[in-house]
Amino acid sequence: MFSLYARRRFINGLSLTISVLAMAFGLFWLGWILWTLLMQGLPGMNASIFTQTTPPPGSRGGLGNAIWGSLMMTSLATLIGTPIGILAGTYLAEFGQRGWLAPATRFINDILLSAPSIVIGLFVYEVYVVKVGHFAGWGGTLALSIIVIPVVIRTTENMLRLIPNTLREAAAALGTPQWKVISFVTLRAARAGILTGILLAVARISGETAPLLFTALNNQFWSSDMNQPMANLPVVIFQFAMSPYDDWRSLAWAGALLITFSVLTLNILARVMFRQKANTY
Amino acid sequence: MHTLDTRLKRQNLLDILFRSITRLSAFAVLALLIGIIITLIIGSIPAIQAFGFGFLTSSEWNPVTEQFGALVPIFGTVATATIALLIAIPVSFGIALFLTELSPQWLRRPLGIAIELLAGIPSIIYGMWGLFVFVPLFAEHVEPWINEHLGTLPLISPLFTGPNMGISVLAAGIILAIMVIPFIASVMRDVFDVVPSLLKESAYGLGATTWEVMYQVVLPYTKIGVVGGIMLGLGRALGETMAVTFIIGNAHRLSASLLEPGNSISSALANEFTEAVGDLYTSALIELGLILFFITFVVLSIARFMLFKLAQREGRGA
Repeated sequence: MFSLYARRRFINGLSLTISVLAMAFGLFWLGWILWTLLMQGLPGMNASIFTQTTPPPGSRGGLGNAIWGSLMMTSLATLIGTPIGILAGTYLAEFGQRGWLAPATRFINDILLSAPSIVIGLFVYEVYVVKVGHFAGWGGTLALSIIVIPVVIRTTENMLRLIPNTLREAAAALGTPQWKVISFVTLRAARAGILTGILLAVARISGETAPLLFTALNNQFWSSDMNQPMANLPVVIFQFAMSPYDDWRSLAWAGALLITFSVLTLNILARVMFRQKANTY
Repeated sequence: MHTLDTRLKRQNLLDILFRSITRLSAFAVLALLIGIIITLIIGSIPAIQAFGFGFLTSSEWNPVTEQFGALVPIFGTVATATIALLIAIPVSFGIALFLTELSPQWLRRPLGIAIELLAGIPSIIYGMWGLFVFVPLFAEHVEPWINEHLGTLPLISPLFTGPNMGISVLAAGIILAIMVIPFIASVMRDVFDVVPSLLKESAYGLGATTWEVMYQVVLPYTKIGVVGGIMLGLGRALGETMAVTFIIGNAHRLSASLLEPGNSISSALANEFTEAVGDLYTSALIELGLILFFITFVVLSIARFMLFKLAQREGRGA
């Protein structure tokens, strides 16, 4: 009897220890990656990163054009993807009780949410780059906005579902037309949650590399022309990190540090905002 | 009365308009997916016509003679994803167990966020870090050990003998594991959280240990959800591009050894697509993309179906 008890205690102790180790294992990689980024990236961080353009091999320069291109494509993609995402999310939450469209869209959206981003790059290449005949900033923007849409749809629907029905009924009882109820009452009440979703979407696309490889490509010069190939941080990092030149590699590390910390800041910001909202209920 | 009537009519019209716009947006998502599938199929028609089903079984990849086969990239994709899951499943389970049962309340949220941040790091960072930090260490310390110990064992020795250069299918699988751990762990945690505390408390009340509650009560109850979470991680691992591209070595050579460089579908696309000349080469790459999309589509559908089943049972039980 005692041996069975001891055995159970032993198994329990062992598995719990392993569980603690697993947690430590996960945190260990996070710590190590961030540490490497700081060590390798900080020496390269200075003002010229933001002001100078990407250099030819063997000379000094910055990432200014790539940062600018990334900012432009990310913001435009967010501007295109967000309205579609919010509207579709609204449909799923407010009108999606009946019919086949809502369940189908929900399912497809979940698939798109985790679909390989490189396939989205291929899609945009086929429908845009091939038709236009050259790589262009708009192609990258299009690919990124396709990644934004499912993220925004998902959070919009979830957030709208959290809004109590009594709120809708109260507005409807006053004789408010449905479009006003949704846009001025429910959507407004869910504002913080939806904004969280948008921030998460921005965080997601600012690090995306694969869909930009065959859409926006890269540009050595400072360019704001969306119809031309456009420099962007992820592709520059990819190109520079794979190169044998030390100057390029240290720029790649600086860029990697920049991207990672912006993405992590966005992630944390989104969580903090959502938490504040949750507290006010 | 007349003015009220027209105002009501106008509002009615606006209602219909609003509903149509939202429905159109929802429909756009549907159209997007159909568009992606059709575009990929059209793009790969030349390759399908040229190679037929042989494309799936041929390991030849020669842009010069325009002979293409998908076996090497498919093998690489499946092998890296399998390695990743073999490592990630137990670790994620441990993390989820820690977060739901062991961790003190005040630590739960920060630790959960830390794991989610790990998921937030862009994949290109994993790739770069893997190439410059992990691969050299792997080549110097781990691979010689594997060659010496696992490479001499019967049966599995072909898997574990190879050059000690770090760049390999195995290293790519390990980096991929680190990437999918947070995805699987957070789904598992969410799924474990839905187990009614009544159920767990009854087991504890009967004298079960934490592990027994976890393994014999929580796990059977959430089985479907856990498998769904794993499939979700598998979907990620199959489609991951940048992390793998840096580390797998991009060699179109079929080799049983996991220590040899290989290729995966996504890294073949990332490396060769912009440089592909000729319609057949491009088309073969697009067909690779189609295969990847098909595989992930099936895996993700199964994942969603299972998570849906769990949610449905939840709804009925409550």
